[in-house]
Amino acid sequence: MQFGELRDFIVEKFGAEVIVAEKADSLQPYLVLQTERLADVCLGLHDNEQTYFDFLSCVTGIDNGPEVGTMEVAYNLYSIPYDHHLMLKVQVPRNSEGEAIPAVPTVSHIWRTADWHEREVFDLVGILFTDHPDMRRILCAADWEGHPLRKDYKLQDYYHGIKVPYDDHNEYSGFRGEPVKLINQLHEQFPDMREKPE
Amino acid sequence: MDKTGEGGIVITKLDDLLNWARLTSLFPMGFGLACCAIEMMGAYASGYDLDRFGIIPRASPRQSDVMIVAGTVTFKMADRVRRLYEQMPEPRYVISMGSCSNCGGPYWEHGYHVVKGVDRIIPVDVYVPGCPPRPEALIGGFLKLQEIIRQETIRAPRAVQQIMAKRTQQV
Repeated sequence: MQFGELRDFIVEKFGAEVIVAEKADSLQPYLVLQTERLADVCLGLHDNEQTYFDFLSCVTGIDNGPEVGTMEVAYNLYSIPYDHHLMLKVQVPRNSEGEAIPAVPTVSHIWRTADWHEREVFDLVGILFTDHPDMRRILCAADWEGHPLRKDYKLQDYYHGIKVPYDDHNEYSGFRGEPVKLINQLHEQFPDMREKPE
Repeated sequence: MDKTGEGGIVITKLDDLLNWARLTSLFPMGFGLACCAIEMMGAYASGYDLDRFGIIPRASPRQSDVMIVAGTVTFKMADRVRRLYEQMPEPRYVISMGSCSNCGGPYWEHGYHVVKGVDRIIPVDVYVPGCPPRPEALIGGFLKLQEIIRQETIRAPRAVQQIMAKRTQQV
């Protein structure tokens, strides 16, 4: 199935209101879905014999920055027997500081792959996946502050007493032991005892 | 002894004997963090054969004399590196291998997860530059470390000196 057929299929099965926006002319065409209907549509696309999207190639979290005020999650679906692709997106409002982070329904019950992918998006971009079985950080340390791939991420100054930002620490604050003078005494200590040719 | 015709007795200073024993049997801890560890393994293997310097990797920090920090030290790993260092018995040495553990390397500016130099956690004796350093460079680092050990004396143990230097620095 091509992109147009897949779009018609979704409209027919789930109604036209489920597709918020679409971009068909780009190199990788995509559909933007209603956030709350995402899991339904994905389950339908996975189970239906005509589409049979049995493989979730990638889940990507995107932060559009505080000016735009939105965040996106992109899903790349692939059907191994039919060899067709589909890219789905959902868009959620971005939280400012002090607010709860945006939430997207999980698809980890449909594709087990999504389990770790969604944890990574949560860890680095800061999007919560509702009904996910194990929503923890996956790459950063468990007590890390903030989500590093957000556009407005600020480094913490210290982590467990270790200074985080780069500076001339070797010159000013790094460890300094006794200065070690290197003298190569090898020739004195181990003189060459071999017999020399005449 | 018989070959050189110098008799069956060797007279030496205790300092020299201890230093010789230490610098010719440097047992590194067998652990690596990133791609530098591949070069380190290459240096251990038969092509470069660190065994000929008496350098044999040990499986436990309690049996090792030197820690080669081979690779990118992340903040998640930093606590573990520090704990492993603290588990090593004195006298202990640290070789920082490669740009990442020297100063953060390519992650110095935007690497939010990388410790900008392992010397922010533990004292380093020898820095081996490179990204990653070739096995020859690591061997060069070991030879430098041997030179450092050769200067030591039991009248002023280096570990005590380092603690004293740190203490005076803080005051």
